[in-house]
Amino acid sequence: MNALDFLVVIVSMVGIAAYGVWKTKGKRNLDGYLKGDPSMQWMGIGISVMATQASAITFISTPGQGFDSGLGFVQNYFGMPLALILISAVFLPVYRRLNVFTAYEFLGRRFNARTRLLGAALFLLQRGLAAGITIYAPAIILSTVLGWRLDLTIILSGCVVIVYTVLGGSQAVSLTQKYQMAVIFGGMVLAFVILVVKLPIGLTDALTIAGGCNKLEAVDFSLNIQKRYTFWSGLLGGFFLSLSYFGTDQSQVQRYITGASLRESRLGLMFNAVFKIPMQFLILLLGVLVFVFFQFEAPPVFFNEAAWKARSVRESGSELRAIEQEYAQAHERKRERMIAWVEAARAGDAPAEARAREQALEALQRSAAIREAGKAALLKAAPQASSNDADYVFIAFVLKYLPHGVVGLLIAAFFAAALSSKAAELNALGSTTTVDFYRHIVKKEAGDAHYVAASKWFTFFWGLVALAFALFANLAENLIQAINIIGSIFYGVVLALFLVAFFLRRVGGRAVFWAALGAQLLVFALYFTLNISYLWYNLIGCAACVLFSLILQALFGPDPESSSREAIQGCR
Amino acid sequence: MKSTAAASESGRRAPVPAPPAEEKETGLPMLHTWNGVYLAVFGCFLFWVSLLYLLSVSFL
Repeated sequence: MNALDFLVVIVSMVGIAAYGVWKTKGKRNLDGYLKGDPSMQWMGIGISVMATQASAITFISTPGQGFDSGLGFVQNYFGMPLALILISAVFLPVYRRLNVFTAYEFLGRRFNARTRLLGAALFLLQRGLAAGITIYAPAIILSTVLGWRLDLTIILSGCVVIVYTVLGGSQAVSLTQKYQMAVIFGGMVLAFVILVVKLPIGLTDALTIAGGCNKLEAVDFSLNIQKRYTFWSGLLGGFFLSLSYFGTDQSQVQRYITGASLRESRLGLMFNAVFKIPMQFLILLLGVLVFVFFQFEAPPVFFNEAAWKARSVRESGSELRAIEQEYAQAHERKRERMIAWVEAARAGDAPAEARAREQALEALQRSAAIREAGKAALLKAAPQASSNDADYVFIAFVLKYLPHGVVGLLIAAFFAAALSSKAAELNALGSTTTVDFYRHIVKKEAGDAHYVAASKWFTFFWGLVALAFALFANLAENLIQAINIIGSIFYGVVLALFLVAFFLRRVGGRAVFWAALGAQLLVFALYFTLNISYLWYNLIGCAACVLFSLILQALFGPDPESSSREAIQGCR
Repeated sequence: MKSTAAASESGRRAPVPAPPAEEKETGLPMLHTWNGVYLAVFGCFLFWVSLLYLLSVSFL
């Protein structure tokens, strides 16, 4: 990075944050602070929802996923449009008509106070832990490749987001997300165009090579449950995951309950239902095209070059240096065979093309085997290093092959994505703590100014928790996986609370509260005794809570505490 | 909201109010009902999946 790149990063990041603070200064109204701009139109809501979901990891890691495994990951998003339709038709009208600040207020009105607190507590626990990772995950990648200090990267990006989220509240979050998304889309589109221009072959030839290397298998209808990404797992798993995330997670609910009308909120959600799949496809395709690019341009053995160089320059790094040379020779052979394949394909000679393709794939396998040997040698030299370098593929390409200024724009895009999702999380954590705990239990009668001040302090507190967690995360291994496990352990039960509230009208608060506790304990017990993928706990927790609710309701009989159920029904 | 809550407190079933006009109207050309919008979104989903499938089989 040079001075121009740094200028682009600082101006776009600090400038957008400062604009958000300036534009929303003096907001003392609780409604405006927690819910945001009441005149927001559907496009603003849609972008805000999209920006909250798309973290820096989306734009750094997803191209790496495309590079490594092709387009198959796009199937994970197949359940999302259907979940958003259900939320728009059922969840959203109730949230808006009850005029709630948080999704958990709805649980209080439908069931009782303790079920509301249970839902809010599960959210705070899960999202509070995940908040640290939203800063940490991109910081570790950016600091490694840019040579910045990890702790300073975490503190600086954390402080920027805390300042504008605390000062401007939900309105500043939505406003800054709009401009941050403009930076992100501008950067990604520019990277895509430059990549296509830099390819030594045409786009059709590039797709021929990618398809021949099994990188374009976007839809797989097989029923094999061993496969990680299939149409069916994406449709079913993605549906439940999206339903719990968009329908019950306050960081998302807070983005779409604001807005000028129910129509605007609904259209904002439908905007995401239509455009999320093509957006993810294009990000993955970017990674696939980077894969094709590196069939002609010499790639590093290991894309986390800082980790590789730290070991290869040492006296003991002779094995790594030998592998580097071997890999470079293998790449030359592979490049020649790829060119022969493209020429045969262009000539339309099918048998010659088949032969050339076979030879090119052999050369590719040879290169891949040397790369794997390189990873193994690196792990031997540094057992604490991670052998997964997929997260570094795209950023390595950006830094080496894009012109200055564009590099700054891409780095700004990664930071913008980190800040936009982080801001929404902090905003939601502050709101839930204020509305569901402080205003509900500690101080029930106070003015708006008091609650706005309390909300600012709680947002600040959660910002500090996230910062501390991100700094501590430096010491832990497998942290991202740990956070995903924590999410899966709680998400199923939280979703079930809402599904019972909306669809099982006979079930009262007493039954669902004990059912949720029982289901949560069951999930904990299964987690410590079974050896299954953690994603299954989403389904197990949800199904168990729904089933227990029905059984307990039959045992308990009518629940006088849940009389407000009638009010909810009246709304629908 | 107040009237429905009061009705349930007194033991009577709350009257279900008619949805406000904004819930019925989409304000979109050609798609006048929300069910129509959802159907169109579902159609878009099928369209994207079909395109992705075509891409998968075209460059095998």
